[in-house]
Amino acid sequence: MNITREEIDHLAELSNFELSDAEKSSLQSDLENIIKYISELSELNTDGVEPTYQVFEMENIWREDEILPQEAGRAALLKTAPSFHGKEGVEDYQLKVPKVL
Amino acid sequence: MKIANKTTSAVALVKEALEKAKKYEDYHIFVSLNEEAALKKAKEIDDKIKKGEEVGALAGVPYACKDNFLSPEGNTTASSKILEPFHSPITATAIKKLEDAGAIMIGRANLDSFAHGSSTENSYFGPTKNSKDKTRVAGGSSGGSAVAVALDIVEFATGTDTGGSIRQPASFNGVYGFKPTYGTISRYGVVAMASSLDCVGFFAKSPEDIDLLMSITAGQDENDMTTLPDFYGQEGYSRTSKVGIIKGFDQGLNDDIKNAYEQEIAKLKEKGYEIVELDMPTLKYALPVYYIIQPAEVASNLSRHDGVRYGFRAENIESLADVYGKSRSEGFMPENKRRIMIGNFVLSSGFYDAYYLKAQQARTLIIKEYDAAFEKCDFLLTPVSPNPAFKLGEKTSDPLSMYMEDVLSVPLNLAGLPGLAIPVGETAEGLSLGLQIVGPRRSDKALLAFASQIKEEK
Repeated sequence: MNITREEIDHLAELSNFELSDAEKSSLQSDLENIIKYISELSELNTDGVEPTYQVFEMENIWREDEILPQEAGRAALLKTAPSFHGKEGVEDYQLKVPKVL
Repeated sequence: MKIANKTTSAVALVKEALEKAKKYEDYHIFVSLNEEAALKKAKEIDDKIKKGEEVGALAGVPYACKDNFLSPEGNTTASSKILEPFHSPITATAIKKLEDAGAIMIGRANLDSFAHGSSTENSYFGPTKNSKDKTRVAGGSSGGSAVAVALDIVEFATGTDTGGSIRQPASFNGVYGFKPTYGTISRYGVVAMASSLDCVGFFAKSPEDIDLLMSITAGQDENDMTTLPDFYGQEGYSRTSKVGIIKGFDQGLNDDIKNAYEQEIAKLKEKGYEIVELDMPTLKYALPVYYIIQPAEVASNLSRHDGVRYGFRAENIESLADVYGKSRSEGFMPENKRRIMIGNFVLSSGFYDAYYLKAQQARTLIIKEYDAAFEKCDFLLTPVSPNPAFKLGEKTSDPLSMYMEDVLSVPLNLAGLPGLAIPVGETAEGLSLGLQIVGPRRSDKALLAFASQIKEEK
């Protein structure tokens, strides 16, 4: 199966990557090889077979919607935010990102 | 396992482990060492022992933690640039249970970045070297953990196994490596790779040590809804009598592995086990199925790494799109990018039915084939990988040839089965050889007992 440069661009966009031309070229040939290989699966007859998404056929596990004590509080979790333009990445419990509008 | 008591101090055990870790620095086993906190905890345990207070079953036992388990001891990097600065405010359930039992983390072990790989060469911090030959790979993705146990730096190490990441490095380094039944040990606080496959497990020097670690860490966890109701050690089991081997599984094997496999089968026959040969034709599709399902889940799980809430954020950013795009492009390794792109390919409209859906259907057939096999035998015995440890750099330029190394280890992950890598000797050059015992779901304790049994009988 051939993977075009347009398809690589589309997959990069879906993956949220900004790739160099060299990276795109190497990904194009790697993906072609890998996809050709996984396409061998088409030989197998799976007509009418139910798909398995989870080996134990587990169902949703529900609990009451209530606030429970957590190991890490809000401040501890926000502390992991990366710095922004050399400054703390959090201000007044808000994460800082570049201007959106 | 050497455990701290009135005659052996935890401080001495930890000091010895740290000294060895430093002595073997050139193997590049650890991403970071946890010296100060480890010695402090060891002292606390010694004080308790002195006072006659109760200590856990793993009191003072030093261990290596694969660097994809979250805990406040050092940064949890997943051997990636994007998580290099990440200091976790939470502790993985498995780590908490080990630490509560008195085990002491001496350092965080190297892995392929985000556990993507079969050699530990995809680590952002560089490869770990094989314990038997420094020009060869440690195996992967849990390479650092395997070598830490093989070089006797620690008594045990934690690992994760999505498609062989515990069993293959264990067999490349001559130690035991166990991947339990899917859902046996909580994955809360473990960096997610492919959620329908990922399992927490261990490296150790005997099946008995692994049994002890399982009895401490197994169990349902409200923080991981995929954990099974408690079962480990609660079910009775009878002595193993029938061992299955799979037709065609000896094709394409390296001669040394083939010989070791045949010898082990002959030994089992001699000891009175019945060897059952099984036809499992769907298993040859397990590798393509795995390389569809696993990247699909990787693409979803790794979308959370976006440079916003934690981890690395690229410099020179002007827009929010830059925060995502540049941070992800600079923060991920080439193999991470390949898997994310393949995952998005098999999930994208137009290809979903032919790849992702088809793979999930094939998975059903693979599970049925295993279930039918375990009607005819107690356990399966197969090789772990087609080759012993390969040379560093030998397969890095051809990702597909690296994937092919997983051909014998991935099938059981698709069915959620437990598998134990057992050491079975060495090649003439001294490279480790391993085989794996595979059991039905929830047969974990019986499987480890079977491994003890054949070890004793040797």
